[in-house]
Amino acid sequence: MSFYGLVDGTDASLKRYLDALPGVDQVGADARAAMLATRSIKTTSKRWAIDTAISMVDLTTLEGADTVGKVQALCAKAVRPDPTDLTIPSVGAVCVYNDMVATARTHLDSIGGHHVGVAAVSTAFPSGRASMAVKIQDTQDALNAGASEIDMVIDRGAFLSGQYIDVFNEIVEIKELCGDRAHLKVIFETGELVTYDNVRKASFLAMAAGADFIKTSTGKVAPAATAPVVLVMLEAVRDFYSMTKTRIGVKPAGGIRNTKDAIKQLVLVNETAGPEWLTPSLFRIGASALLNDLLMQRMKMDDGYYASPAYVTID
Amino acid sequence: MSNRIDVKKTYKLFINGAFPRTESGRTYEVKNAKGVFVANPCLASRKDLKDAVVAARAAQPGWNKATAYNKGQILYRLAEMLEGRRAQFVDEIASITGVSKVKADKELSDSVDRLVWYAGWSDKISSLSGALNPVAGPYYNFTIPESMGVIAAIAPETPSLLGFIDVIAPIIVSGNTVVVLASTKAPLSAMSFAEVIATSDVPAGVINILTGKKDEIAPWMASHMDIDGLDITGLATKKHAELRIAGAENLKRIFSFKSHDPARILAFMEAKTVWHPIGL
Repeated sequence: MSFYGLVDGTDASLKRYLDALPGVDQVGADARAAMLATRSIKTTSKRWAIDTAISMVDLTTLEGADTVGKVQALCAKAVRPDPTDLTIPSVGAVCVYNDMVATARTHLDSIGGHHVGVAAVSTAFPSGRASMAVKIQDTQDALNAGASEIDMVIDRGAFLSGQYIDVFNEIVEIKELCGDRAHLKVIFETGELVTYDNVRKASFLAMAAGADFIKTSTGKVAPAATAPVVLVMLEAVRDFYSMTKTRIGVKPAGGIRNTKDAIKQLVLVNETAGPEWLTPSLFRIGASALLNDLLMQRMKMDDGYYASPAYVTID
Repeated sequence: MSNRIDVKKTYKLFINGAFPRTESGRTYEVKNAKGVFVANPCLASRKDLKDAVVAARAAQPGWNKATAYNKGQILYRLAEMLEGRRAQFVDEIASITGVSKVKADKELSDSVDRLVWYAGWSDKISSLSGALNPVAGPYYNFTIPESMGVIAAIAPETPSLLGFIDVIAPIIVSGNTVVVLASTKAPLSAMSFAEVIATSDVPAGVINILTGKKDEIAPWMASHMDIDGLDITGLATKKHAELRIAGAENLKRIFSFKSHDPARILAFMEAKTVWHPIGL
């Protein structure tokens, strides 16, 4: 493992690499994110943004009450978000718990959704509190069931107590397991990382360890994907690209519920990482309620009057 | 001789239990009967309407589930609160419309009485219009009126308070939630009434009040897919046809009214019929 030549896998080299990172100007990041949130996106740009956002959605159901039927309905919606309008793109992926991966993959394939990925939340999601053996088995299960994307959580306890090397090694191991079979998304749970400095550190740590995507949150902890946190992560992937010529993806998840929020995220991406990131292979939005609002906004643009939630499916 | 600086009231919208400014940032001038400037209320946009409908839709199931007794109590509470602020409302009505204090006082009394009158209907309306239908079979067959959902309304220009209450009270008493556009020329009593609502245990989102131009907002109310009914009492008759056409697209029930009577409540209710086997 070369780790892009940034670290050599030892604790000392990792500490050197992370300590060299500059701190985040918290006030500046908040102000920049707030300023970008005031951009007004209208008419044809809005239309493009809505369709782009739909194609970036990781349509998610992570409930204890999930059933086979619910996951299948979600898959149908992922492939054809609105069956009455074939011009609407499919979403990026469906995101489910491990035991639902096989159900989702089989159903997607059976309804012509080969192009829609299945993301599995692994490594003892959402807390990450399990032994490494369990985390590996968990990931292996998801891969065997046909997951094309693995969303792993980091050990926040280890990270916050400064044991960066443990977090690093976990990511390396899971990445090795994924190999070419699946993309690896690393979830930080930024709501538990407390500071923007930690978010930046976690981002660079995960990217060096081999993450294909860095993801804000599990959706189980508030605050989740706030604009300044996403901004800090987008700056990290931009800077990482200039260091290594490798583009890492970003996935905000949790708290993005309406079209306005989604478009704000796209503005952040465009203005921070750059337009190259405005593609589902480098930017995803983890959400469940968002898709319906995007569909309703799209109807409003087509029909010229406000839509009703009664005309989109609930799940 | 007082050295105090005038404390002028900012008249804002009332959406989801809060007092936001219009998202458009626009205002318009309101003058009194003598042409003297009085206030700059918000000139609401269609997006304010959209936000208000989202709030009204979210509030509707909870409000509908409240018992008739509770809904009646809350309407009565509105009357209590309004009575307690008599002086303020009388001043506002008199200064804007130019009527005498005596007439304004009469309008306030009528408004309080009207609220009490509608409050009383909450637990009686289903007895009045519900029925046990005779059917040829071993069944009980009931028809009961139920609330319709989210209703939009355009309040009449005058009387600015009594007309406003005549529009909202019959809509909400059955369990509907309402988005109402207040009188354009005299919106102050409606906006002050929002303060009464905010202190009367009316759940957030049950009554949402916009101020602005009827011609701008009414067509969006008629075409909005998530509004179930529309009260166009406050709109000039010549504009009715156009709105009825827009509302027909989404099967919206559109009515206008001349007086206050229980039919006003029933207009925004739907009949549900239940078959129940006898002897089980």
